[in-house]
Amino acid sequence: MADQDSGPILKLSGVSKQFGAVTALDNIDMEVRKGEVVALVGDNGAGKSTLVKILAGVHAKTSGTIHFQDREVEIGTPGRALELGIATVFQDLALCENLDVVANLFLGQELGPWRLNEVEMEVRAWTLLEELAARIPSVREPIASLSGGQRQTVAIARSLLLDPQIIMLDEPTAALGVAQTAEVLNLIERVRDRGHGVILISHNMEDVRAVADRIVVLRLGQNNGVFGPDATQEELVSAITGASDNSVSRRAKARSAAAEPKEGVAT
Amino acid sequence: MSDTRKIDRADSRVREDTGLAGAARGFLDQVKSGDLGILPVILGLVVIAVVFTWLNPIFMRPQNLTNLLFDAAAVGLISLGVVFTLMLGEIDLSIGSMSGVASAILGVLWVNAGVPWPLAILAAMLAGAVTGFVYASLLNKFGMPSFVSTLSGLLALLGLQLYLLGNSGSINLPYQSFLIRFGQTMVMPGWLSYLVALLPGIVIFALGLQTRQRRADANLSVPAWSVLIVKAAGLTAILLIAVWYLNLGRGVPWMFLFFAVLVAGMEYVLTRTKFGRSIFAVGGNREAARRAGIKVERIRIYCFMICSTLAAMGGVLAASRLASASRQAGTGDVNLNAIAAAVIGGTSLFGGRGSAWSALLGVIVIQAISNGLTLLNLSSSLRYMILGAVLALAVIVDSLARQSRASNGRA
Repeated sequence: MADQDSGPILKLSGVSKQFGAVTALDNIDMEVRKGEVVALVGDNGAGKSTLVKILAGVHAKTSGTIHFQDREVEIGTPGRALELGIATVFQDLALCENLDVVANLFLGQELGPWRLNEVEMEVRAWTLLEELAARIPSVREPIASLSGGQRQTVAIARSLLLDPQIIMLDEPTAALGVAQTAEVLNLIERVRDRGHGVILISHNMEDVRAVADRIVVLRLGQNNGVFGPDATQEELVSAITGASDNSVSRRAKARSAAAEPKEGVAT
Repeated sequence: MSDTRKIDRADSRVREDTGLAGAARGFLDQVKSGDLGILPVILGLVVIAVVFTWLNPIFMRPQNLTNLLFDAAAVGLISLGVVFTLMLGEIDLSIGSMSGVASAILGVLWVNAGVPWPLAILAAMLAGAVTGFVYASLLNKFGMPSFVSTLSGLLALLGLQLYLLGNSGSINLPYQSFLIRFGQTMVMPGWLSYLVALLPGIVIFALGLQTRQRRADANLSVPAWSVLIVKAAGLTAILLIAVWYLNLGRGVPWMFLFFAVLVAGMEYVLTRTKFGRSIFAVGGNREAARRAGIKVERIRIYCFMICSTLAAMGGVLAASRLASASRQAGTGDVNLNAIAAAVIGGTSLFGGRGSAWSALLGVIVIQAISNGLTLLNLSSSLRYMILGAVLALAVIVDSLARQSRASNGRA
């Protein structure tokens, strides 16, 4: 569980991002502690992915400060983020289809820069994939031949390779089957128990409440509340949509009026 | 196979391709899914050999083949360089002009200014490196597509070549010098060429042995003995026959060995180093490479510099082959021959796929066609048209193979 005594590993204060005239993020504050899963939720366009990309060094922030382990840092490049210990699993996975699984796992971190140690890399790839209970038949096939779920597993395995302080997962379960989703959630808990911080982005409230220690809601690029894992569906939905009377609650009401009361709302 | 499952064969969905039959089946699967490998080259060479020998028996004579190898080395080096830009999904259209400028620099510095030839060659290579750096920087800083920057470079370099050569238009290089003998007459002693022909097979066998041992130690599946032995023995047999046949005539040119050694070195760089892996990654998915922490801009700079520098070296070899630096050097079909050679050999124009061997195999095909057409006394007008068609054909094959790979999930 979250370690409340030590300070946060990652602390964002007043982070903003402008895309031209559009304000994608406005004055965002957020903290991630050791051994804590922070879920980042919000509707499409709320700025979740933008925030992840800033922390991953893909986009530059417009203003605000980022503290990593009590030091103010600039994350100018993806390489810098990895150096600090911030690993990211992007929504679009960012794998090289022409390379095999081993090459993708170790991309940029190859063992033996002047004489690639393929055997060692292959063994470590199998170990890593086994830890994740991954169903990948062969690590010597190009990524192009893998299914969406298998690619997701490869991407997650890759982020763990460097033993990062913080791992960010952008919609990690969106493309996964039932068993793999459970595996990924287990994995998130395992990563947390090892003392890493996890930032999880998901549209699936069930997943979020299952693993998150705190739920940070973004709405239209702004902070819109922080909840515990015991927050109700209604509370989260109203924070996400910005109104207690919203299309989701109206739909739920209409359905419960029409039939016997039902819990949970289809996404 | 031991009774315990190997780590990488634990999944029941993986077919166990063991032994020669397995290797053959794997190869067939690859070809069917659009991973053609060296198949087009072999088919091409057989067709070329049959057709040209039928039209003019001189084509297959050992003397002519030695000539062919002399000619192949210069274009081959240029082609080897362009592999590095093609791998990134970029192109360098100015390699011909670059080689022309390099030969002009060699002529002016060595003959006109009296600089020792090794220094003159170094200067030419330096010019190549700078040119490559400029192209990469234009791409990095201004997002100028390499297609455009190198096309304008083609013209600019051609201008520089004409400027350097001045009014005379051509500079004759001293016949008695080492460089010219290297480019025109020097062949390996017979015994040495046989020894060298044994080398690749031995290296393949030794490395295979080592890999087997290390994989076995790590409890990974090991490739079958039979495949390794057939590979090594087959290659050795082919090389020995080729060397024997060439030694019936003049022998194996040193210049070709020089080229082959460079190809082997570059193949090592591409497949066995982190740098090479980064090149594949940038060519396959630039954004993914960037997010993995690869410095894409730096990779581009290195690749373009390697390309132009090798083009400059190719120009030097071409000059030594002709014993002159002239206005015609590097013009005409040199550009497209070098690019076509890489594509015929299996390097994709779309980036992310290729090998250094493709330059060697492809240039032999291209040079064989060119040589055969010359033996038939065809005018250059016809030669250009035929070579143009061959290039178009190579690109069509590349494109179709790529579509097939995409639909078969092999990228």
